[in-house]
Amino acid sequence: MNSDSKTIHPIWLRLNHWVNLLALTILVLSGWRIYNAAPIFAFSFPGQIVLGDWLGGALLWHFAAMWLLFFNGLIYLFLNIVTGRFKTRFFPLRPRDLLHDFTAALKGKLTHDTPSEYNAVQKLAYLFVIADVILLVLSGLVVWKSVQFPLLRDLMGDYDNARIVHFCAMAALLAFAAIHVVMVALVPRTLLMMIRGR
Amino acid sequence: MKKDFDKAIVIQEALKELPSSARRLFMKRAVTLGGLSLLSGCAVTDKDSAERMLRKISTLNDDFQAWLFDPNKLAPTYPESMITRPVPFNAFYDRDEIPEIDESDFLLEVSGLVADKHSWPLQELYQLPQTDQVTRHICVEGWSAIGKWGGVTFSTFLKRIGADLTAKYVGFKCEDDYYTSIDMPTALHAQTLLAFTYDGRILPPEYGYPMKLRMPTKLGYKNPKHIAAIFVTNTNPGGYWEDKGYNWFGGI
Ligand code: HEM
Repeated sequence: MNSDSKTIHPIWLRLNHWVNLLALTILVLSGWRIYNAAPIFAFSFPGQIVLGDWLGGALLWHFAAMWLLFFNGLIYLFLNIVTGRFKTRFFPLRPRDLLHDFTAALKGKLTHDTPSEYNAVQKLAYLFVIADVILLVLSGLVVWKSVQFPLLRDLMGDYDNARIVHFCAMAALLAFAAIHVVMVALVPRTLLMMIRGR
Repeated sequence: MKKDFDKAIVIQEALKELPSSARRLFMKRAVTLGGLSLLSGCAVTDKDSAERMLRKISTLNDDFQAWLFDPNKLAPTYPESMITRPVPFNAFYDRDEIPEIDESDFLLEVSGLVADKHSWPLQELYQLPQTDQVTRHICVEGWSAIGKWGGVTFSTFLKRIGADLTAKYVGFKCEDDYYTSIDMPTALHAQTLLAFTYDGRILPPEYGYPMKLRMPTKLGYKNPKHIAAIFVTNTNPGGYWEDKGYNWFGGI
């Protein structure tokens, strides 16, 4: 068995990643339609790109996909932690490596030639987006059920503020996704790996 | 036609040149793309089945919310200085269609699983013990406003009419042809008010004269205005927006 045929991403992770993408796509697009019903800022999302032909439809999508995101996310965290993958994949994360890999990335010299290991910038980006999705879920809980989650509500600074937190977490997710997809395009082999596992 | 044929040959040739794993991947992708277009084809032609599935999940969300609802958890209350002025007017019709109701010929009808079905003139309702609350009204659209509502605690009223408190639903019919219904646990919540006043004055027409059900534990569309009839039942009466697709429980 040569090293090339060794599985880098286990099947559960690959499934999990693409289900996550599906859930988040539905959530973001229907979320934009919901936002449009009462915009927080001085803009709305164009009607052609949102999901849901009316507010009620968008809400149905949003409150269905949230379960997909939630359970898929739980499975990700659970399997990652019990298999010890979380520790070995994302840690150690040393500031020195981060600085080194970040400057290398800026110079366009960051290589990805050990596919079984993420570089420090990648580790940080993934840990960031994991935390961001957790924040999305928690702020979403306050927007959805502010009376039933008093502690979370106070943490988010009441209902109206939770909406802003929820929106910003969505924006941060999109910023991650944009960079993430560019990186994948730069190293297409990683995409093959995320599809077939090696 | 010829061109397509050529293309097919070119692709076949190219595939032969690829290492086997890449070829498999190409096929796999082609298959998934086909699958995807089939899926989206289904979604377009069978929009109803997607809608049905989403509504089914919405019913499951009703059950989840009923389970999550804590009858002893109170919605936050605010100082009067935080009242939003003015609270937005919101209905499924324009301002000029707000129903005009005359106190002298208004009677609140009561029916269903209740012991005392007599109709209530407003003055009789005003005699019930009154209380008020400054709470946040949250609209399904996402905006919210803090207001002050006064009236009788709804559970007091339900007990007064001898309602079967083990029944599942309380339904409302309104002067503006709006209708909605709520679960009994929410009906009995300490902050659920049959409200006759807004900001210390008789409820103005745009906020639901002569009375509205005020629940800081439910979204705005669950808080009916211009209530004309109240009934207690074990069959879910649905609601104006709920039947169009808004979630029935609509809890906060
Ligand atoms: C079209 C969109 C996307 C593509 C093509 C894509 C592709 C990939 C690929 C190829 C990897 C593996 C990288 C490597 O091995 O070096 C990866 C990992 C990852 N992606 Fe994405 N991704 C997409 C969207 C997203 C989104 C929206 C999220 C948001 C949460 C996300 C979160 C992650 C995470 C957390 C990992 C690391 C997983 C782990 O190892 O535990 N991806 N993605």
